[in-house]
Amino acid sequence: MTEVKSPEVPAPPAAVPDELTPGDGRLHRIRPFLPLAVLAVALILPYSTLHLPGIFEGALNSPGTLQLLAVCLVFGGLAAGYDLLFGRTGMLSFGHALYFAAGVYGTDILITRAGLPLWQAAPLAIVGGAILAGLLGAVALRTVGIAFAMVTLAFAQVGAILVARDFGGLTGGEEGLPLDVTGLPDALVGVTNTVNLYWLALAYLVVVVFVVHRVSGSPTGRVLAGLRDDERRIGVLGLDPYRFKLVAFTLAGGLAAAGGAVYCLIVGGASPHITSSELTLSLLVMVVLGGPGTRWGPVLGGILYMYLDHRLVSFGSSDAVDALPAFLSRPLSQPLFVLGTVFILAVYFFPGGLASLAPRLSLLRNSLRLPTRRER
Amino acid sequence: MDTVILLTLTGLGLAALYFLVASGLSLVFGLADVLNFAHGLFLGVGAYGTWWAAGNLPGAGSDGFGFVVAVAFGVAAGTLVAVLVELVLIRPLYSRTIEQVLVTVGLSLAGVALLQATWGADARPFPRPEWTRQVTSILGAQVPNGGLLLIVAASLVLGAILAFLRWTRYGLIIRAGVENREMVTALGIDVRKAFTLVFAIGGAAAALAGALGSVYFGTVSPQQGGSLLIFAFIVVVIGGMGSVVGSAYAAVAVGLLQQFVNYYGTSGLGDICVVALLAVVLLLRPQGIAGKVATA
Repeated sequence: MTEVKSPEVPAPPAAVPDELTPGDGRLHRIRPFLPLAVLAVALILPYSTLHLPGIFEGALNSPGTLQLLAVCLVFGGLAAGYDLLFGRTGMLSFGHALYFAAGVYGTDILITRAGLPLWQAAPLAIVGGAILAGLLGAVALRTVGIAFAMVTLAFAQVGAILVARDFGGLTGGEEGLPLDVTGLPDALVGVTNTVNLYWLALAYLVVVVFVVHRVSGSPTGRVLAGLRDDERRIGVLGLDPYRFKLVAFTLAGGLAAAGGAVYCLIVGGASPHITSSELTLSLLVMVVLGGPGTRWGPVLGGILYMYLDHRLVSFGSSDAVDALPAFLSRPLSQPLFVLGTVFILAVYFFPGGLASLAPRLSLLRNSLRLPTRRER
Repeated sequence: MDTVILLTLTGLGLAALYFLVASGLSLVFGLADVLNFAHGLFLGVGAYGTWWAAGNLPGAGSDGFGFVVAVAFGVAAGTLVAVLVELVLIRPLYSRTIEQVLVTVGLSLAGVALLQATWGADARPFPRPEWTRQVTSILGAQVPNGGLLLIVAASLVLGAILAFLRWTRYGLIIRAGVENREMVTALGIDVRKAFTLVFAIGGAAAALAGALGSVYFGTVSPQQGGSLLIFAFIVVVIGGMGSVVGSAYAAVAVGLLQQFVNYYGTSGLGDICVVALLAVVLLLRPQGIAGKVATA
């Protein structure tokens, strides 16, 4: 029963996503090519010396900006991978940080402590992360719903403790473990080569989006969507929910570990804060802000969240905020306060996240436009 | 021998802390199906409320009766925050479990950041009565008084909650609501009042845990609630959701296991053993020691 057979009864046509419903105007014809255009812009971005004061500190191709962008892209990919669990399968996992950390620390330890070359260390770490996700998922998936969330949280906590207590002197404990760059390819080392890391992060994002897109379009993906909507019904159809959920969990874990390997190269090491449950919570925030279950929502949410998380720090210490009275300026200087508040508001007022904004706005536009047409 | 007694009593002190946090979580989850990530915030509010009151509130202080007033102020602040959270944020979302979890997650992020913005990220020394710094000699073991205070407080809270559940009308409604909420609603009883009440009880217990836990550790920091919360979650799952007595048993098991393994094994091993215990309980008895089947 490991092989997934397509159902004999032809599935009802999937609901046409709002982004594909025929709109009017030229924009609609360009729309399918929009992601490609964005990708092309992202690819040639490092060649631009544009200054965007207020948005980025330096020029677009300065190493600092490129590193920030690379981190944002990795988290866009991570959020898309997490959405495979939360938005597409309906599993609320609070332990996703563990598999990301497995990728980061796995790559770091294999390179720095074991002296393996990158092309061996990274695949090993990714496979290791996926196996870890498979094993822990096999236990955690015996529970459902909220209990599942708590169990994954507990497992991730063990990871955090293992890293922080530094068993066997592998992880470097609280100080983290800087990456030993002597064995790395020259193209990935040094400040001048940040651009290569940026492209690597972009490639990771593209791979994750592609994988998630292919999986959710496949028969397995339809079963996963069914699990999200009504798990008992999938059981009645003779499909084993446990196996499908385990597949999704393992795949998401592997994707997160791959993101960890890329992140390790970008940041040049590992630090224990990536193992904290706060990272999983922020992944959840990214997905919900972006729009769970949509193709681009989580990616946008992830990129935007990381960007804001970095930039709000300098915003909080800027003169404009300092000039405010203390009871306003102090909370505003905490990025998490701003993001948490935005998140709560989003849950109430924009349940579909950023991805639902476009249809909502077009609805508003249409309703405003209709009277004018009648006047003609 | 006295090492064993010392470890038992400090383990029970830890268990008392877990129980104070877990009892509220368990009741809230059992009745309202809300997994409350903001529970750590209530704990933080209780701790900082006590800390603030001891320094600023007239009549309150760090010793004697003044300390009781300070703790009472902290508990009242925690209860107030819990009730407000329930009325303003959770109530509009009832029966939408995932959204409720998301809101409490956002609240825990924003709330801890707010505490950090107001009082700084670093741990601050907590004003505590002189006698809690001393030790009591029990059967040859030197037990810190702060831990004993926690044990006494948790026992009182356990007794009070059980008595409340057993002998009052609202206790009856809460017990019935944990069993079958729809039926209670069908009988024409407004369960939502009981939700608010349960949040208030949980918030008060968590705030008490924050205040007394800070006495035990001697410091107060914004992140204190978060790390305790994870173990409280584990206690709730092991104990069985919605069961106060189950939480008490599970808290004792977790506290003792953690303390003994951390002492006789390497430091940190106890925490891992606790998670292993969780995995074993889930494999053998998914509904916990004494609880209804845990489903969303």
